[in-house]
Amino acid sequence: MNYNFTEEEIMVRDTAREIAREKILPVRQKYDEEGIFPEDIVKIMAEGDLFRVFIPQEYDGLGLSMTAMLLAVEELSYACAGIALSYAGTSLGTVPIVMFGSEEQKRKYLPLVAGGGLAAFALTEAEAGSDAGGVKTRAVKDGDSYILNGTKQFITNGGVADFYVIIAITDPTRGTRGATAFIVDKGTPGLEFGKKENKMGIRASATRELVLRNLRVPASQILGREGNGFLMTMKVFDKTRLGVAAQSLGIAQAALDAAVLYAKEREQFGKPIATFQGLQFMMADMAMKIEAGRALTYAAAKDIDLGGGDPKITAMAKAFTSDTAMAVTVDALQIMGGYGYMKEYPLEKMMRDAKITQIYEGTNQVMRSIIASHLIKETK
Amino acid sequence: MKNIFVCVKQVPDTTEVKWDTEKGTLKREGVASILNPFDLYALEEALRIKDKDPEVRVIALTMGPKQSQEILKECVSLGADEGILLSDALFAGSDTLATSYALSRAILHRGDPWIVFAGKQAIDGDTAQVGPGIATWLGLPQATYVRKVESLEEGKAVVERLTEEGYERVEISLPALFTVVKEINTPRLPSLRGKMKAKSFQPLLWSAQEVGAEEERVGLRGSPTQVKRVFSPPQKEGEGERVEGKPEVLALRLSTLLKEWKVL
Amino acid sequence: MTMIGVFCIEDKCIRCGACVSSCPFNALEINGEGFPVVLEGCTLCGTCVQACNYDALEMKGKKSEKGSGEGESRGVYTFAEQKGGKVTRVALEMLSPGRKLADLSSTFLCALLIGGEGIEKEAQKLIDHGADKVWVVSHPSLEHFLDEAYAEAIRLLFLQERPAIFLGGATAQGRALFPRVSTLLGTGLTADCTELGIETETGNLLQTRPAFGGNIMATILTPHHRPQMATIRPRVMPLPQPRNENNGEILSFPFDPSLWCHKKRVLESVEAQEEGIPLQDAEVIVSVGRGASDPACLELASRLAQKLGGALGASRAVVDSGLIPYRHQVGQTGITVAPKLYIACGISGALQHQVGMRSSDRIVAINNDPHAPIFDLADVSLVGDAKEVLERLLQGL
Repeated sequence: MNYNFTEEEIMVRDTAREIAREKILPVRQKYDEEGIFPEDIVKIMAEGDLFRVFIPQEYDGLGLSMTAMLLAVEELSYACAGIALSYAGTSLGTVPIVMFGSEEQKRKYLPLVAGGGLAAFALTEAEAGSDAGGVKTRAVKDGDSYILNGTKQFITNGGVADFYVIIAITDPTRGTRGATAFIVDKGTPGLEFGKKENKMGIRASATRELVLRNLRVPASQILGREGNGFLMTMKVFDKTRLGVAAQSLGIAQAALDAAVLYAKEREQFGKPIATFQGLQFMMADMAMKIEAGRALTYAAAKDIDLGGGDPKITAMAKAFTSDTAMAVTVDALQIMGGYGYMKEYPLEKMMRDAKITQIYEGTNQVMRSIIASHLIKETK
Repeated sequence: MKNIFVCVKQVPDTTEVKWDTEKGTLKREGVASILNPFDLYALEEALRIKDKDPEVRVIALTMGPKQSQEILKECVSLGADEGILLSDALFAGSDTLATSYALSRAILHRGDPWIVFAGKQAIDGDTAQVGPGIATWLGLPQATYVRKVESLEEGKAVVERLTEEGYERVEISLPALFTVVKEINTPRLPSLRGKMKAKSFQPLLWSAQEVGAEEERVGLRGSPTQVKRVFSPPQKEGEGERVEGKPEVLALRLSTLLKEWKVL
Repeated sequence: MTMIGVFCIEDKCIRCGACVSSCPFNALEINGEGFPVVLEGCTLCGTCVQACNYDALEMKGKKSEKGSGEGESRGVYTFAEQKGGKVTRVALEMLSPGRKLADLSSTFLCALLIGGEGIEKEAQKLIDHGADKVWVVSHPSLEHFLDEAYAEAIRLLFLQERPAIFLGGATAQGRALFPRVSTLLGTGLTADCTELGIETETGNLLQTRPAFGGNIMATILTPHHRPQMATIRPRVMPLPQPRNENNGEILSFPFDPSLWCHKKRVLESVEAQEEGIPLQDAEVIVSVGRGASDPACLELASRLAQKLGGALGASRAVVDSGLIPYRHQVGQTGITVAPKLYIACGISGALQHQVGMRSSDRIVAINNDPHAPIFDLADVSLVGDAKEVLERLLQGL
């Protein structure tokens, strides 16, 4: 379908596609198997100016649309969702600064990312997954700085990011108004890392624990206002969850394409299996779901680009596309049969990669709660 | 200002071109025109030198029909500062002597070459003659098949060039011309800013007269060589033993033959 | 001013469109009435004129006429490449076509040898292999090949001697040197010739070479300029039989290279680490293409090459993907080989590759695809998976 992307959006998509097909495809199997962080690909993405897409022009960026960024994420994820995450995860850690940062903070961090610096967003803890209120990391004021103590879990780009946006409790008595976002530079004394997680999928991305031990941070590193941490996080996620949608679309499309190509070549009973109606119905259903998810995602992105934005819709896009990615990779692998199951073929990796999209940046159960609560409120 | 000229050519993608044995012609449907692959490596080397030296200016130069400006746009999207298209009906039918003459005139017209880079050869003509020809017209020393620029100063360079046995290290005074091989680097991909710049880019369009090229030295008139005829390559007739079957069967036949031929 | 270009003779044209599809440059299109018109990209290569079965296309142009004293030129000269003070094999190979052309043109064969002190000792070898005379240019600064100095020496010698034909090997030296010489002398050069002959009506040199990645062959002339220059790939021409008559003139041409030597010097010459024999000298080559390019299969091919006392070759696709270094590449943009036995594993046999190996004495091809073009060339065609065949072959040895 023709989504009528602008010339610049198409340029971004083509640039990301070229990087994905020429540079990521040849290494994705190895990086996945050995859990290697794609430093070389990050450099190539930076040289291609992909990081400048979501940075405003005043800060060395190109100030392009959310649609453009999602197109980049989708194309990169088509080749490898794990490698794409170094890019998408950075946007998650950077968008809060674009949205809420002070002028000094923007001038300090945004050009860094524009040139290929990496970022991370740290909310999740052992006791705080879907229940963000369960955050226990404490930030205690001490003169004109704060001392942070606590442990963050499952942080994307943990250990490789140049800075971390960390949510900590500054006032335990104020509930949803008691958390604050801090920007912490790598190398700050007290910022330590736990082991690198050994994951089912997206294995080329770095996922680590952050251990904050008497981490001292000046008050100037507060992002937004003290007490606004949770509010800001929600506002950020309302947008960035579309990034997961784009990632899911990339995975799903790659799986579908591989299955269709395979079905055209593979012959059984004297015919290509693509002629069997049973498989044709499967392929049609897969394609329908992907296109529906894509239309929803890019409609939501266009809305945001034009100044709007509806959290109910972005939640729908995230939930629908990620469920689709999981379903499509399972069916695509089925179509590829025994070959699909072998590590020599990329399908089993895509299936392993897909699962996390239903979980992170808000589980699909949380997405459904969001959708329902908006529905109930809005329906009159 | 250190001017690095990169001579580039738009060529049909000959790896995709097939010969129609029935019709006795080339099958060209859907074959794209591309930037000659070796020239991409030449451009990349020029850009790498520019990355390290702000005084460097990279000028892409091509001789061809108007559509050749597509490859100049591509060079700009990769980082070239300028693009020059030498285009004139008078250039039609140029062989390598006439082509290298015209390109050398364009370089002189733009002025002050510090380094001239070219790819080892163009994948359509495959002659590898234009680079050295340009060097000769300009009176420059040359190094062909360069696989590494080891060191670079304003007045001289040390390069490694491929030989049949291995390689040679050569010290050469600048200005000079280098033709490069693929071992020299890995070309970058165009950046977004590069593509945006290329979108609004217009090449300098120069005619034969503008660069002071004499009419008798260009085009068909300036070409000592002429094509007499073109034909399909001879197909070698094999002895024609053909074996199909399981790998074991094939392997057995091969090992028998190898012993028969006294190779084993 | 004469009109230059390709024109359709409409009376003869049957509007079949064969010319349009033959054009390597997409420079022809059909106009509203069905006749071909030439677009801007036309390079006057003449392919369409050839492709027309009805002689309905003609090429007109004011061809270059300013010759370089063609009436006074004589002699077939060859460039005797030397390395480390010894003439190379290709230097001798050049004397084969040289002799043939000299005889056809009723003229003499002369070799040109440039090198450092003592190089004249090699001149006799050239005479033993057929040269009637040898010009020697000897100077300590010329010990290593220097493109510019050698070209200048040749230019000065040729102004004096005025050869009709000048041949050389399309080697690293030849490809750097010959275009400089042809440009200095303002004459024509055809690279990588596979065949040379004499046009009986005119006595002109017929220079035949592959073009378009080996997809077509072209025969080229240099009718009005001298010398007519051509390079030939190594291993295409046979080595001439040495003879015992020692009647040959050895002449010395004085030359001072100092003007060019301070612009360039060779610091060192390094031989690359080769595991085994260099490709060009191998009598057996086991070559891999895309269909045999996974690392395990490369390993097998390499082992087979070793077992047979040969070398490993590769198609361009495999070299481009970084699996094997460029020096193993066989084909149009790689090396031309002519071993006793060439075993092509998983190579489709595209023309660009064929050009580099079709002079092999025996060709064995292993490929999954029963219609692979390599099978048209092969003496023994094995239709199967290269890796599996190699595995079992090595097990059995």
